[in-house]
Amino acid sequence: MFEKGEEGRLAPGPALGPEPEPEPGPEPGPSSGSGSVLGNGINPRTRAVKLRTRAVNLYYGDYHALRDITMDIHGCTITAIIGPSGCGKSSLLRLFNRMNDLIPGVRVEGQILLDDQPITGKPTDVTMLRRRVGMVFQRPNVFPMSIYDNVVIGPRRHGVKQRLALDAIAERSLRQVALWEELKDSLKKQAMGLSPGQQQRLCIARALAVKPEIILMDESCSALDPESTMKIEGLMLELTKEYTIIIVTHNMEQARRVSDMSAFMMIDEDKVGTLVEYAPTLELFANPRHQQTEDYITGRYG
Amino acid sequence: MMRKFREKLPGRIFFLLALSSISVLALITVFIVVQGAPIIARVGVIDFVFGMSWAPSQGEYGIFPMIVGSLSVTLGAVVLGVPIGICCSIFLAEFAPVRLRNLFRPAIQLLAGIPSVVYGLWGLIFIVPFIRNYMGGPGLSILAGSVVLAIMILPTVISISEVSILALPPAYKEGALALGMTHWQAIRSVQLPAAKSGIVAAVILGIGRAIGETMAVIMLLGNAVALPSSILDPIRTLTTNIGIEMGYATGEHREALFATGIVLFVVIMILNSTAQTIVKRKKDQ
Repeated sequence: MFEKGEEGRLAPGPALGPEPEPEPGPEPGPSSGSGSVLGNGINPRTRAVKLRTRAVNLYYGDYHALRDITMDIHGCTITAIIGPSGCGKSSLLRLFNRMNDLIPGVRVEGQILLDDQPITGKPTDVTMLRRRVGMVFQRPNVFPMSIYDNVVIGPRRHGVKQRLALDAIAERSLRQVALWEELKDSLKKQAMGLSPGQQQRLCIARALAVKPEIILMDESCSALDPESTMKIEGLMLELTKEYTIIIVTHNMEQARRVSDMSAFMMIDEDKVGTLVEYAPTLELFANPRHQQTEDYITGRYG
Repeated sequence: MMRKFREKLPGRIFFLLALSSISVLALITVFIVVQGAPIIARVGVIDFVFGMSWAPSQGEYGIFPMIVGSLSVTLGAVVLGVPIGICCSIFLAEFAPVRLRNLFRPAIQLLAGIPSVVYGLWGLIFIVPFIRNYMGGPGLSILAGSVVLAIMILPTVISISEVSILALPPAYKEGALALGMTHWQAIRSVQLPAAKSGIVAAVILGIGRAIGETMAVIMLLGNAVALPSSILDPIRTLTTNIGIEMGYATGEHREALFATGIVLFVVIMILNSTAQTIVKRKKDQ
């Protein structure tokens, strides 16, 4: 998808170079090639833990999709979940906002804690959880309505009625995804008419409009062209100041460019959905501790 | 050469068959117009369409009460049937457990298969006496016709709305739920608006079915040619006028019935084209 050739290490120049969007200054740090600790050089592990999973197992009927996943996700960082197709990346991501609930016969064991409050099990207010944990999907799924209505639909349903308040939310959210200047004069137009890249940024704005704490991105760039992908990666880095972002990606370069922590999952000897290695991205890509991780990130797998 | 011909042959045959069905439509139109136009010309369009008196024996041909009749019975059927139909389709598409859905769907299809004369009979035995006993009037009334027509348009409205809801990409629902909406909020504020054009189409087809129905309404409306003052009054529709009188009509009277057919044709065309523009405008937005 990207200029992959050179091991990704040489990325800082080419990665940011062609980007026409004037991104604010601090990005070159975190986005510069070799994964990284945080942009300001802080080890992500020093950030407060936002989300914990404790020995989580997920079953779809008889199918054991996730096995004993235990990990701490740190606040205001970007965590990338990587691994081959079918290893359970998306299943893991969808545990965090309970989207797996939509699948009949799903069963979860173990505990997931958001700010130390359990979010598994019956008593959880799932709609409230999803307001705190937003999601951006693989394909842009804007609703067939105006751009404005798309952005404010969440707050509207959650009780914001005043026109002025909604206008303010729309502007703030669209500014956060750098769409405001492009679209402020065409807010009444159908969102379906936007380019896929704009649509995806609109979907991010729509998620931001409900003021989530965590944003889940399920391969959210895989259906986009490189330029749009660049813009969205720039956005992620910008948003990580306020939000905790968890991405699923097939794109090693992307994981390396944007994420602070990386989790590598594997289809391990018929044991689907095991977390092989979870470490700061810099570490994981430079010195993978497991042979499988090394094989995968160097492209020797599959 | 031969092969090329063989390749093209099926296309030609299908074209001819398609042409024949279109030409039947053209033939019917021409036939009705040729038969009915002269009387409209003689009586005058205004007097024919807005005339209040229908007395073929005295040469009076005004069909306004029947236009009112067709429109009022259809409106009644839509008011009663469409909300039930749409709710039913939402239930089937979104809420019904698989087992219940597998029970409901064939049952609704069966509803479409009942002959209209049987609906008429059922209405005559149950609805008409009920209205006469509990609401007053002769029982044979706009209300009786509307109730039965409402049931008759249900299968159309339900199945087409349901299909249009089920045809929505699952991404809409997922997207809505991921924003923290409840299931019902997702249906109401994302899925239904997205399925709107399909649901409008369902309503239009329902209207078409209701306005064209003849047999059941002949049995239920009382067929009096007069402007109604309430929904408990009997009335005659354009279709029943033709259905009742064609058997014995001759000469000018017969022509007037064809002219009624022209008016029915035009009313349906107006309804269809308005509806189509609504659907189209929604899509273009």
